[in-house]
Amino acid sequence: MNPGYLPIAASDLATRWDWLYDFLIGLSIFFTILVLGAMIWFAIAYRRRPGLRTKYITDHHGLELLWTAIPTVLLLGIFVWGYAIYSEMATAPANAIEIRVVAQQWKWNFQYEDGKIISDKFYAPMNQPVKMIMTSQDVLHAFSVPNFRIKSDIVPGMYTTVWFEAKVPGRHQVYCTAYCGANHSLMLADAYVLTDQQWADFKRGKEIGPLPDAHAPLASNRSNSGEANSGLSDPPAVDRDEVSFDQAAPVSLVAQGKQLVEAKACASCHAEDAKADNSQLSGPSFVGLYGSKISLDDGTTAVIDDNYLRESIENPAAKIRKGFRAGQMPPYQGQVSESDLSALIAYIRSLK
Amino acid sequence: MSQTVVSTDPGVRHHAHHFDSAEHEFDSAKQGMWLFLVTEVLMIGAIFVAFMTFRGLYLEDFQAAHKLLSVPLGATNTVILITSSVTMVLGVTSAQRKQKGLTVLMLFLTFLLACGFLIVKYIEYTGKFHHGIMPAGLYTGVNEFAASSDAFKLFFSFYFVMTGIHAAHVVIGMGLILWIMRRAARGEFTGGYYTPVELVGFYWHFVDLVWIFLFPMLYLIG
Amino acid sequence: MTTHASPAGTNYLNWEKGIWSWMKTLDHKRIGLMYLASVLFFFFVGGMFAMIIRWEHLSGGPTVINQATYNQMFTYHGVIMVFLVVIPAIPAALGNFILPMMLGAKDVAFPRLNLFSYYLYVAGAIFASSSLFGWFGNPPADTGWTFYTPYSIRTSPTVILVLTGAFIAGFSSILTGLNFIVTIHKLRAPGLTWGKLPLFLWALYATSVVQVLATPVLAITLLLLILEKVIKIGIFDAALGGDPVLFQHFFWFYSHPAVYIMALPAFGIISEMIPVFTRKPIFGYKAIAYSSFGIALIAFLVWGHHMFVSGQSEFANFTFSLLTMLVAVPTGVKVFSWVGTMYKGSISYEAPMLYVFGFLELFMIGGLTGVFLGTLAIDVHLTQTYFVVAHFHYVMVGSTLMALIGGMHFWFPKMFGKLYNERAAAVGFWMVLAGFNLTFFPQFILGSQGMPRRYWSYLPEFTFLNQVSSWGSFLLGLGFLWIAIYLAYALLKGERASDNPWGSLGLEWQTSTPPPLENFATTPTVKEWSYDYRPGTPLPGSKTA
Repeated sequence: MNPGYLPIAASDLATRWDWLYDFLIGLSIFFTILVLGAMIWFAIAYRRRPGLRTKYITDHHGLELLWTAIPTVLLLGIFVWGYAIYSEMATAPANAIEIRVVAQQWKWNFQYEDGKIISDKFYAPMNQPVKMIMTSQDVLHAFSVPNFRIKSDIVPGMYTTVWFEAKVPGRHQVYCTAYCGANHSLMLADAYVLTDQQWADFKRGKEIGPLPDAHAPLASNRSNSGEANSGLSDPPAVDRDEVSFDQAAPVSLVAQGKQLVEAKACASCHAEDAKADNSQLSGPSFVGLYGSKISLDDGTTAVIDDNYLRESIENPAAKIRKGFRAGQMPPYQGQVSESDLSALIAYIRSLK
Repeated sequence: MSQTVVSTDPGVRHHAHHFDSAEHEFDSAKQGMWLFLVTEVLMIGAIFVAFMTFRGLYLEDFQAAHKLLSVPLGATNTVILITSSVTMVLGVTSAQRKQKGLTVLMLFLTFLLACGFLIVKYIEYTGKFHHGIMPAGLYTGVNEFAASSDAFKLFFSFYFVMTGIHAAHVVIGMGLILWIMRRAARGEFTGGYYTPVELVGFYWHFVDLVWIFLFPMLYLIG
Repeated sequence: MTTHASPAGTNYLNWEKGIWSWMKTLDHKRIGLMYLASVLFFFFVGGMFAMIIRWEHLSGGPTVINQATYNQMFTYHGVIMVFLVVIPAIPAALGNFILPMMLGAKDVAFPRLNLFSYYLYVAGAIFASSSLFGWFGNPPADTGWTFYTPYSIRTSPTVILVLTGAFIAGFSSILTGLNFIVTIHKLRAPGLTWGKLPLFLWALYATSVVQVLATPVLAITLLLLILEKVIKIGIFDAALGGDPVLFQHFFWFYSHPAVYIMALPAFGIISEMIPVFTRKPIFGYKAIAYSSFGIALIAFLVWGHHMFVSGQSEFANFTFSLLTMLVAVPTGVKVFSWVGTMYKGSISYEAPMLYVFGFLELFMIGGLTGVFLGTLAIDVHLTQTYFVVAHFHYVMVGSTLMALIGGMHFWFPKMFGKLYNERAAAVGFWMVLAGFNLTFFPQFILGSQGMPRRYWSYLPEFTFLNQVSSWGSFLLGLGFLWIAIYLAYALLKGERASDNPWGSLGLEWQTSTPPPLENFATTPTVKEWSYDYRPGTPLPGSKTA
């Protein structure tokens, strides 16, 4: 249902978001009527007229306690509810399909794992989690899709992420919402959410033409306690690594990464397969590296994720792993492009 | 012009009309000066926090970079400033005792020491520039002065900004010292009124204190 | 001891005449008026930029200006309104005038510093506004008043003038705060204990603490940004290994407390006016006084709620959201206490009281929508949209401006010895209230629907509400213009006011109107609470002299 003051709720998370939002609106209306109603009532009932005597009241501890305690409890409850939904927004499911985003003044580039790059629009399947891994070429941007209620700044020099699982096919509006200069308001994009058939076509390399705007789902999301009832059968679970694209498609990110690793001779210090003799190599092995939790030489721990890899390629001295020495690996800052970084990370990640 | 209450008692100095007494005015002036120094602490505190944040992220780079600073020159400046704080204190007490000549002398020595500080700073800065050691975006050092990373260069951005702002405060302090030297020479300060000397003294000690934090932070631990 | 005093029978306006006497005055009352005139001038300049923005928004595509100019318009609207109007307005203008009088003092602690603060404001204003004409052929600034990096590093160098202007004006704010703190500590009249301190002074005191502690961080932030552009220090520039998000932390560490510099004095004025026009003591005096400090303290801990989607950690978001919720509690306490004061009062509807009602309506909506934005998940969708624009205009205009205009009417007789026309004032009030709600309420809906802010062009689906908003803003502008007109008329031709037309128990009303140079013929001794409106307290007498 699209109640006018909100865009459609195109995911389950969006629907749950709407519940909290509507609760806040209801609560606000209640308190506004309470307080402003009292104000108007007093303004009229106690308007100055001959014979009206005032009462000398300076405080009322019971009332003051009540109107301190009740809002505190309400606000804490709202905080917990808001944090719960946010927590979900902040953690993408492990099996999410990844799309890498590079934003620039004033254009969007979306890159798939097969290496394909599309500008100013992207395609995503319905009913599967999709994660956007984003960075900027120049200044701050932000990626916002109101229909999914998601948004994140895009910061040069690091990766930020959002994720969604769309329940409604069609075109969803994408905005840049962080002021980025002259054409900030023209930096729009389209998110095309595809049905199973369309997604299969897309993977085969077929051109999917412009889609109509997403509209309300076939049945109300809310009446089924948050479960979408789109009438389509559940999609098979997707193993990311099995997603294969047309042979004529561009070189996959993993393949690009492998080429770069050869070109830059990373293997002279980092093992690429489990059989290599690690004791001779001065850097940590790539095998099983991604996602592992390690100790750093300053005593803290870190999880090896996209941001860690990116930083360690550009400035290795920043977070040296315990047991390894600083100064061995030269920094590659300025020598690798955003797309190179995406490829290297994808390759390292693929080495299990 | 602020209206003054003129006293007929020769031992008590005049004070502005909105205060009850000279002591009232002096206390208020001191409180005002302390508050001003609190604002300076916040300004400096913010940039210290930025420095510590980057240092926490890029410890090796900062430690490598700081080796290019000259500890002897920094230590010399530390000694100069501490000495100047001593002469400043002597200037305040002699003003309080209405010792005109001694006050002017002490203030002048403080001024000279400050000049010394700036000369050493000049030597340091020109030395750095000569080797291409500049703020990050302008850094051109090569060979033994080559930067090993962006963070290495950022250390020098912090170095120049922090010592530069500090040096600017030294210059302002020198101007203030000249001002009260002139007033002291005209016999304006007595036991009942030495407020400007006291307040400039606070300022000067503060400038010294900031250096005592800057020096170890930049030169010693890096 | 003899005192040099202004001649008997004169007041602060006529004992010394001529422009030069104003320019070198050390009288807090004259300084307050100079600030008031300057602030109102810049309010109209900033308002002009707002009108151009709303005119542009009459249609989604290009209307009257191109995108580059639009970006400059919202930049200067923000810079001027924030740094030259809303932050200084109440403390420097009304605060300067009234604070010493409420204390029973002759002036602030440091009158020369006070005049110097005014000239710093003027210098800052000149730097910032001269940049509108560009700089060495470079176009005016277009970074937004928030100056986020890296864009602000890359764009036109003219922004350096704006940064310098804000830097200098910041020192005006710091020194005013410093002056007020020492004044309140040291110049209270005999008998004026902390427990009897008027709430406007509690508010100004809390505000001054915030000004003194927060503004220096702005100063260093602006300075570092200038150095970024000039000597490329790179601390905030990702291309040089720096961190753009660190800039945001620095910027908001000041700018969040700054909104309480705007709001707290406004709360103080409301607390002063309600008892006078309801003839009742303020309800919950201690709660209101302490809540000002509670708010000032928490204000320093919540800056990250401007950065929920900046990429900062989940832990930071958790903490900032939790603390943000807490700041609503003392604020709510004030609102409930103000309305509670009206219960069983005897209420009259002169202009100051109308502005109290207007303040409460606008602040309720503004404050409640702040809760929306403080709620983590909710903020993700609403941040960077028109919802935020609506929220902050409701609280900034709704509180600060309503209180400023209400306070101007309240103290108008005291300052000038004249009366304004109540019917004209009522017309102005309703125009402003209606115009304001029409302008900004639709913006909540626009934001909720997803319309981003700082957007020159918008999609067709947002057209209708944008047009409502724009027409509302024209009404709002006319309302302000009307207020300026009848107040100017009152200044020149208004009826002579009595010494205390409102029958107020406040100390500032216990001296002649307009006050003499030294405020009081003899230093008063404070015996009663200034909110002691008992059932037998006489109603206001004749308003005219």
